[in-house]
Amino acid sequence: MSNTESDHVDASADRTDRERTFGDYGGQYVPEALMPALQELEDAYERYVLENEDGFMDEFSERMRDFGGRPTPLQRTDRLSERYDREIYLKREDLVHGGAHKLNNALGQVLLAKYMGKERIIAETGAGQHGTATAMAAAHLDMPCEIYMGRTDVNRQRPNVYRMRMNGAAVNPVEAGSGTLKEAINETLRDWATTVENTHYVIGSVVGPHPFPRLVRDFQSVIGAEAREQIQEQAGRLPDSVVACAGGGSNTMGAFHEFVPDESVDLYAVEAGGSSLDIDEKEGVAPNSATLSTGTDGVLHGALTKLLQTDDGQIVESHSVSAGLDYAGVGPELSRLVETGRVTPTSVDDEAALNGFHRLSNLEGIIPALESSHALGYLEENYEELGDLVVVNVSGRGDKDLETVLEETEKRDLDAAPDVEVFDA
Amino acid sequence: MSRETRASRSERTGNEVTRELRADGGEQLATTDSDIEAAIRENHPALITYITAGDPSLEDTKAYVEALDRGGADLIELGLPFSEPTAEGPTIQAAINRALDAGTTPGQFFDLVDDLSTEAPLLVMTYYNMILQYGPSEASRASKAGAAKPQNKPDVRPFVERAADAGLSGIIVPDLPAEEAGPLRDACDDHDIDLVFIVAPTTEGERLDRIMSQVSGFAYVQARLGTTGARADVSNATHDSLTRLADYDVPKAVGFGVSEGDHAAEIVDAGADGVIVGSALVDIIANHGAGDAPAADELEAKVRELKQGARRGREEAPEPEQP
Repeated sequence: MSNTESDHVDASADRTDRERTFGDYGGQYVPEALMPALQELEDAYERYVLENEDGFMDEFSERMRDFGGRPTPLQRTDRLSERYDREIYLKREDLVHGGAHKLNNALGQVLLAKYMGKERIIAETGAGQHGTATAMAAAHLDMPCEIYMGRTDVNRQRPNVYRMRMNGAAVNPVEAGSGTLKEAINETLRDWATTVENTHYVIGSVVGPHPFPRLVRDFQSVIGAEAREQIQEQAGRLPDSVVACAGGGSNTMGAFHEFVPDESVDLYAVEAGGSSLDIDEKEGVAPNSATLSTGTDGVLHGALTKLLQTDDGQIVESHSVSAGLDYAGVGPELSRLVETGRVTPTSVDDEAALNGFHRLSNLEGIIPALESSHALGYLEENYEELGDLVVVNVSGRGDKDLETVLEETEKRDLDAAPDVEVFDA
Repeated sequence: MSRETRASRSERTGNEVTRELRADGGEQLATTDSDIEAAIRENHPALITYITAGDPSLEDTKAYVEALDRGGADLIELGLPFSEPTAEGPTIQAAINRALDAGTTPGQFFDLVDDLSTEAPLLVMTYYNMILQYGPSEASRASKAGAAKPQNKPDVRPFVERAADAGLSGIIVPDLPAEEAGPLRDACDDHDIDLVFIVAPTTEGERLDRIMSQVSGFAYVQARLGTTGARADVSNATHDSLTRLADYDVPKAVGFGVSEGDHAAEIVDAGADGVIVGSALVDIIANHGAGDAPAADELEAKVRELKQGARRGREEAPEPEQP
């Protein structure tokens, strides 16, 4: 027993190294000023999340039940199952308080910030779903909260801006660049670099420097944990495939994480194909957000991961009809799972997503978020490859997207759309 | 007794590092092959200037760098623009946008550096992704129009080789902490290029030791939390950071918010070996259009003011204690 001490030190050094990255992906590529805060967060993550110190995880689960509405149902569909001639189940994250899976992470992180003794919350938001979830969690837990949101997103997601303000959060529009998620993250990082001593940055997806990708994944993994139990209860076995949309990847990792060891379950990450999968190098624009499908390795927002970038390494402006998928990066763990072949990256274009939106609204009485509609678009186009028992993650509800959908539907001749003229009457 | 740094470690092959007072009161630092350390030692207290390459054009940058050199800058940092400059405040963000709008590429940046012959050693300041992506794909771009993206892993070496070729003496990467710096540190060692690290007001204890064991050239002391940008005063954090660093025998230069000769004087008075000025110079460039000769004259005058301020600070500084 004389060398117990040194064995212990060696083991923990190994573990730390292993956990900083996913293969080569991940890491901590941030300004020095933030490193002590990341170490503090890593320490809090291990104590409160992994070891349930002071009953943190118990309090989190209890609040997610009473405030957040968990567990969410896993619903067997009648008409979709009939249409595709196989069992289609929907994981109903649209029924989480606030209308999306985003609360799982936001409530977890705001609660963690409180346990850490932080006094202020900041967050970025793209579609506004993470911003509204963070604002709700901050109000619920009595923490001051400021949200950074790109100008373009502020303009196309007005209702969410109002919801954040109703919950007492300040919303700071970001004018730089294309005014979407990437710029909002840049500005939140700058705020954090200034206020790091008393402020926690509630990052909205499985992106950013270690330990964020693990922390956010663990808060979101309740999606797959519930679904895995529910499908075995309801269908008597594991599914053949799980399908989830992927932007930054938080609902994706949340849905997949518990299924990763189940090798019989195929995992499909459906990205936003936008209008085309090409990149315009000269203009620095990608008319898509299909990072896992078409990106190359590089460093953005604190992590080595797959990116949409030019040959020189400039990050390009991504595009999607869905604001929540509109991001040029993706979580490093997803990059790794794609590299190892465990997750299959796919994409559908704006039109397939819009059809997916209309079809679920029409056939099942569920209006899905445009983000989730990508998973439903993929189901329509590729159901034959998905096996007999399929789980699709409906990551959020689509009320926020109605204006965009009407506008985009009018421009197109969509199979699944109702006659939109009736909306003007 | 001084704490261990790269310089002291490499010097200490049997002999103790010698530290002696120079006649002018500046502290004699461990001897080194580094152009950057030499420039700071010989011109103590040193003035380090930053501008963004390509703002508003590379031709202008050439004229501006020459003006900084004439004005008495002892080291010149050139920013290689990256689309997501998360460590920068509004002034340098705008400069980077102007440079990117002008179409500045890494290839053109190195061509510019090839063309420059300044007395002051040059450093490149850029974000890590620009270093990772430079290389084979750039060289083969012409031949691969429409071809699938190469899937080879990014590598820091082509950038460092090209930087050495162009005569750059050092690299500063604001989003690369010591924990992730291994590959770049090794490549820089192979090419005798200094890798400068930033020490933040939040950097203490083991992290400070870790940074100081990797830093070369000088330690970039971040004067305050937050982003780059001109400020009206010198932060208390500057004094605290310089106190924490006092025992390490690598030169310390203070940046983030330095805009006037009086700031330079106060910082040198507090024990810094150099001051770093960026946004105050970029402001001058922003106020002039492309091809504007008065911009170069104004830059030269501003550099003289700052250098005089730094010298004044040294005169006011108390005599360092004999070790």
